[in-house]
Amino acid sequence: MKKKVRIIPKVDVKGINVVKGIHLEGLRALGDPMEFSKYYYNNQADEIIYHDIVASLYERNSLNNLVRNVSKNIFIPFSVGGGLRNLNDIKNVLKSGADRVFVNTAAINNPNIINEIVNNFGASTLIVSIEVNKYQDKYKCYTDFGREENSIKLFNWINEIEKRGAREILISSIDRDGTRSGFDVDLAKKITEISDLSFIIGGGFGEIRHIHELLDQSNPSGIYISSALHYNTIDKISKNITNTKGNFEFIKKNKIDKFKKITIKDIKKSIF
Amino acid sequence: MKYDLAIIDYQMGNLFGLDCALKHVKLKTIITSKKEEIMNSKAIILPGVGSFGKAMKNIKEKKLDKIIKEFHVEKKIIIGICLGMQLMFEKSSEINSNKGLALFKGSVEAINKKNKSLNIGWSENYCKSKKNEIKKLIHNKETYFIHSYAAKPLNNKIILAESTFDNINFCSVVKSNNMIGFQFHPEKSGINGLKILKLLSRKIKNNENIL
Repeated sequence: MKKKVRIIPKVDVKGINVVKGIHLEGLRALGDPMEFSKYYYNNQADEIIYHDIVASLYERNSLNNLVRNVSKNIFIPFSVGGGLRNLNDIKNVLKSGADRVFVNTAAINNPNIINEIVNNFGASTLIVSIEVNKYQDKYKCYTDFGREENSIKLFNWINEIEKRGAREILISSIDRDGTRSGFDVDLAKKITEISDLSFIIGGGFGEIRHIHELLDQSNPSGIYISSALHYNTIDKISKNITNTKGNFEFIKKNKIDKFKKITIKDIKKSIF
Repeated sequence: MKYDLAIIDYQMGNLFGLDCALKHVKLKTIITSKKEEIMNSKAIILPGVGSFGKAMKNIKEKKLDKIIKEFHVEKKIIIGICLGMQLMFEKSSEINSNKGLALFKGSVEAINKKNKSLNIGWSENYCKSKKNEIKKLIHNKETYFIHSYAAKPLNNKIILAESTFDNINFCSVVKSNNMIGFQFHPEKSGINGLKILKLLSRKIKNNENIL
């Protein structure tokens, strides 16, 4: 199999920690985002996505510090999102060195912001993020990191995003998130059929065959992976957890040992 | 010269990220649109992400087009990256037809005219020969691209490397008269990109020509 697809670690950040849960809930703190970033940069990541999942005004400063720090040390593209509400928020994140930004809640609340971002910063700077939950064979869109259900129809929304000038979307399958049960291949297939948009998809990666199943039936431009990579990375980076903020019980009790360890290198070897 | 390299600021693109990479290869940089600072630099770099028309409008408003041409007359090094490289050509068909800086002969066209799709991600570059230092760093190396348009030089001789997207070959590096343009982002191409920037840094610091 030879397909051009970016392998993208997604780093969810809460305050000063990388966090990860299941179905976007029950978040566990995993460590310092810079440590994870350096490891991915040195180990063949094509790109990195940073998602500020709390994005309160106070936390925003720590995100901008992280973005500046990443810019100074990591020379691959990275995208930043989570709680970006308006053009000014976006301008600040870009000024700190983000290459691209993604928006979800702001775009659903005010779809015009898509056109505005495209006009002000260029189409390639924007990714529209969509949080999708599949329940009884129906897709529902969510905002606020899976906290709020929205009445917008998924496939109409994808078409509208394209009409408004965006070029790439980021699909997060909430029902697959953290489960390691495989990607939502049906969804990826449907998006490939109905839209010319490039799309990054994530949620559910557990083993390499999941990527093969996905690429056999659809053409995503990128695949994002969180827990499967993070739990391997923890072994490789400093485990000195100095800060006491966050739920580190999970790591301290060595519960990650039961997870299969997968690296970006393994994934690339199998698909290129 | 006060600075090694001036990053031309026309309010588009990730200037901070680019500056970080250039500082990483030990260049003394300045982000500026001021004539004195630009003329007081050994080399300039045209960055850029966004649309050709808007970029040229910003450049003209700040009279940067005249300054860049004046800089070029002195045969000093000019580097273009992505949109910055495209701006160095005569014209672009992006949105409405727009005139560029005309430092290179040729035009900028959609890579795939049928669907104007976005080429995003890492692709290999190919050089016809690998005779010089810079070609060795580019040939068969993967770099990071994000663009829908690509340059079509009038004279193929200025094409230093090509890459492919959707089975279409396009020009990924051009070089002529002490100017070099990259369609990819060397500052975002990991170790492969940093090696290219290191070479450019050495040439700028030693007052050597690009080739």
